[in-house]
Amino acid sequence: MRLALFITCFNDTLFPETGASVVRVLRRLGHEVEFPYDQVCCGQMHFNSGYRRDAVPLVRSFVEAFEGYDAVIVPSGSCTAMVREHSATVARTAGGTLPEGVARVAPKVYELSEFLVDVLGVTDVGAYFPHSVAYHPTCHSLRMLRVGDRPTRLLRAVRGLTLVDLPRAEECCGFGGTFAVKNAPTSAAMGDDKVSAVLESGAQVLCAGDNSCLTHIGGLVSRQHAGVRVLHLADILARTDALPDVPVYRPGLPGASDLVVGHAPGPEATR
Amino acid sequence: MTAAVRREPTFVGMPPFPEAAEAELANPVQRANLRAATHTIRAKRDAVVAELPDWELLRRAGEAIKDDVLARLPGLLEHLEAAVRAAGGVVHWARDAAEANAIVVDIVRAEGVDEVVKVKSMATEEIELNNALAEAGIHAWETDLAQLIVQLGDDLPSHIVVPAIHRNRAQIREIFVREMGRVGRPAPERLSDEPAALAAAARLHLREKFLRAKVAVSGANFAIADTGTVCVVESEGNGRMCLTLPETLITVLGVEKLLPTWGDLEVFLQLLPRSATGERMNPYTSMWTGITPGDGPREFHLILLDNGRSDVLSDPVGRQALRCIRCAACLNVCPVYERTGGHAYGSVYPGPIGAILTPQLRGIARHPVDAQTASLPFASSLCGACFDACPVRIDIPEVLVHLRAQVVDGGRGPHDRAEDAGMKTLRWMFEKPWRIGFAQHVAGVGAHFVRHGVIGRVPLPKRVSGPVGAWFADRDAPAPPAESFRSWYKRTEGGREL
Amino acid sequence: MERHEADREARTVVLDRLRAALDDRPKPPPVRRTYRRERPAGLDPVARFAARLADYDATVLRVHDTRDLLLGASDLLRRAGVTRLVVPRGNKMAWLNRLGAELVVDAPELSRDEIGAIDAVATGCALAVAETGTIVLDTGPDQGRRVLTLLPDYHLCVVRADQVVGTVPEAVARLDPRRPQTWISGPSATSDIELERVMGVHGPRTLHVLLIG
Repeated sequence: MRLALFITCFNDTLFPETGASVVRVLRRLGHEVEFPYDQVCCGQMHFNSGYRRDAVPLVRSFVEAFEGYDAVIVPSGSCTAMVREHSATVARTAGGTLPEGVARVAPKVYELSEFLVDVLGVTDVGAYFPHSVAYHPTCHSLRMLRVGDRPTRLLRAVRGLTLVDLPRAEECCGFGGTFAVKNAPTSAAMGDDKVSAVLESGAQVLCAGDNSCLTHIGGLVSRQHAGVRVLHLADILARTDALPDVPVYRPGLPGASDLVVGHAPGPEATR
Repeated sequence: MTAAVRREPTFVGMPPFPEAAEAELANPVQRANLRAATHTIRAKRDAVVAELPDWELLRRAGEAIKDDVLARLPGLLEHLEAAVRAAGGVVHWARDAAEANAIVVDIVRAEGVDEVVKVKSMATEEIELNNALAEAGIHAWETDLAQLIVQLGDDLPSHIVVPAIHRNRAQIREIFVREMGRVGRPAPERLSDEPAALAAAARLHLREKFLRAKVAVSGANFAIADTGTVCVVESEGNGRMCLTLPETLITVLGVEKLLPTWGDLEVFLQLLPRSATGERMNPYTSMWTGITPGDGPREFHLILLDNGRSDVLSDPVGRQALRCIRCAACLNVCPVYERTGGHAYGSVYPGPIGAILTPQLRGIARHPVDAQTASLPFASSLCGACFDACPVRIDIPEVLVHLRAQVVDGGRGPHDRAEDAGMKTLRWMFEKPWRIGFAQHVAGVGAHFVRHGVIGRVPLPKRVSGPVGAWFADRDAPAPPAESFRSWYKRTEGGREL
Repeated sequence: MERHEADREARTVVLDRLRAALDDRPKPPPVRRTYRRERPAGLDPVARFAARLADYDATVLRVHDTRDLLLGASDLLRRAGVTRLVVPRGNKMAWLNRLGAELVVDAPELSRDEIGAIDAVATGCALAVAETGTIVLDTGPDQGRRVLTLLPDYHLCVVRADQVVGTVPEAVARLDPRRPQTWISGPSATSDIELERVMGVHGPRTLHVLLIG
């Protein structure tokens, strides 16, 4: 089976450690995953923001980059949903051979938990993570991919991990791509309620399958000095050691940056 | 009647959604009211939907029946017209709001009265009938409790089913005490804010209006093409009062509200109540076919309203919005609506369905629209909860994205040049892997310098405009890593050390 | 008349616009009526009807013989403080005369004020729906004009067990659309204030159902 990793432009640029985690987990399970260097972006941001024509070259380059693989693994529910559910719409506007290309490639694209549970048939990936974790089912994983309980089955099999319920888990965190900046106050209001739910859950770590949503929630957590970490599912599944106890939200492998960009730190941060 | 005919406020001149939403978010009482109300109705809806093992099959049937209606709309309307006429009704056609309002005014004037009682109706809200009547010196008395609260409070509706959802009991009591006496029977002395007491006050206030009224105006939930039957679904009995007591009944019907046959009601009378109020069945449903001698009105006028619906129908993706049966289930589950409330949408149709219906009714597919209209398709995080709740499976996220493309790509909305430039730049960068690689490298080098300084947090200037400023108003962000994934993968040959 | 001209022109324009809007000739998929039409055999629709209607704060009393019927009906009226009842012109429920309440027959037709001055009404029904706890009136002889069940504050509705159907599709199939219909599911109610269900706005605030058999 020839496997490819679609890292997504967002993770590539901001969360390289999540990609490393995917490589690590798959290698532990005995699978090598290739990284086609020609990949860039699924086109979701352009498509969802109304720049449909600008999404065409991105969908085309996606098809070219991943043609010929048996499975494409994506550590993002929303980018997977873009490829599987919407790239056909983009391809239709472009015409030519693109629709056929999408029809060949799109069905082989899997969100990480789908690939692990459905294709590899694995729920225990040999991870160790002695912390309490709440899982936020991001909207596109939940309602477009319908990943269901796959992520929580993976989390339950992690040694040392305590999975706690997230109240009102199915409510959107408010990220929504460009919604987060076009309607920033509404987005933040939704996110604040998500942060409240996370704090109510008592979890030390909030986990999700999309770093984009986690960046939004984590950004609010950080600004409020709420003391909860956010971590991508892959970054938990990759771990075989405990999380260093540092009060920052940046996900990552040991040694990853804890740097945060934002307004001047509040009093709690300087204590 | 001595009270002057009052004009009602309208949505004209509302700011674009982001601005309006920000103002609404600052109202903590409203936010608490909305949160409590939407969570209550969600739980009720979920419970009664879960009772039906065939819910998904009903949704699919509802979708298919409505799509069939839309595909055959002109012919079905002619059938309806013939059936209503055969049953003694009069059928009128209206191209737009002004024409529909003129028809109503003419009928009321012909009856020689200066007041009408009204059943809550989205169609008459849409055409702002009350103001057209006011201009003609005719009082329009809203008789639905929530609509009465809105009317007496000189307020705007904020929800399709529960127009006063943004008000709590204390506010409603205050409105009743202050306003009822100005337009009829005053609120009882020492009125409490118990919902039952408030409902009783409305009963007393409205009864004299019902018993006096010669003309009633309603909308309709369904009209059956092959029989001419019209159906109104309600809870309080105010609908029955209006549909039964007056001598003349005028019903304003959006042309999309048809069902082909009587039997199709078997689907919609299951879908609508459960979706709208979370009940297995609403307390009262009235159905009538034309005129029945000796029972109910002696004259029945049905006004078939276009008012932009043919524009909506012309868009193969957008036309699914015309399946809408106005249950408001999408509003009740929408995380955006829950925070901003309905007024922020600047239309009688708020929430997710409003975000796709209003721009289309205003003609976004045919000509450029104003900034407020163009902002509506963006008033969503695309979370998809609305599609799951919709009883006729309107893919609201699909239509939102489609309309966004019309705003951006088709130049139908005011242009945000900075956003255009940003999106084009990103596309350019994403087209070639080396371009994104270079950009990541530059960002990484920048972050590297900061990381080796003494601070663990990069302070931003207080005032940054544009999307960057919008993000950082409430949120931090991680600094870019020193190395992108692609360069790490290249350098370590796929992380050999892992 | 001017209105007539304008209407005719509007009719032509609207129909033309709609036809033009369907230029792409959409072909919707066929309607699949695979949903349930009947309640599964073995489930008692009458018991379900009683339970569902009671959920909506209607009082349901099930009786099996004439003696129970008279006792039950008298008790319901006494509890509601009812002394006068309006009944439809075609009322055949002779036992109503034995309840001790004064019956006012809607023949000749009572005026609106006369009906409004009577605090109660008794009717039969066209059918009832178990799954939703719904009574359907279709102005049959034992139900009368719609206004009769609208203005009085108390409604006593008599439902025979053989009138109870299982589901909404069964009910729709049996009803005649040419007759005005009122579907009633519990007493008048509203949820307009904080979505809290409150009984009784304009229709009868009390609904008592005598379920016979």
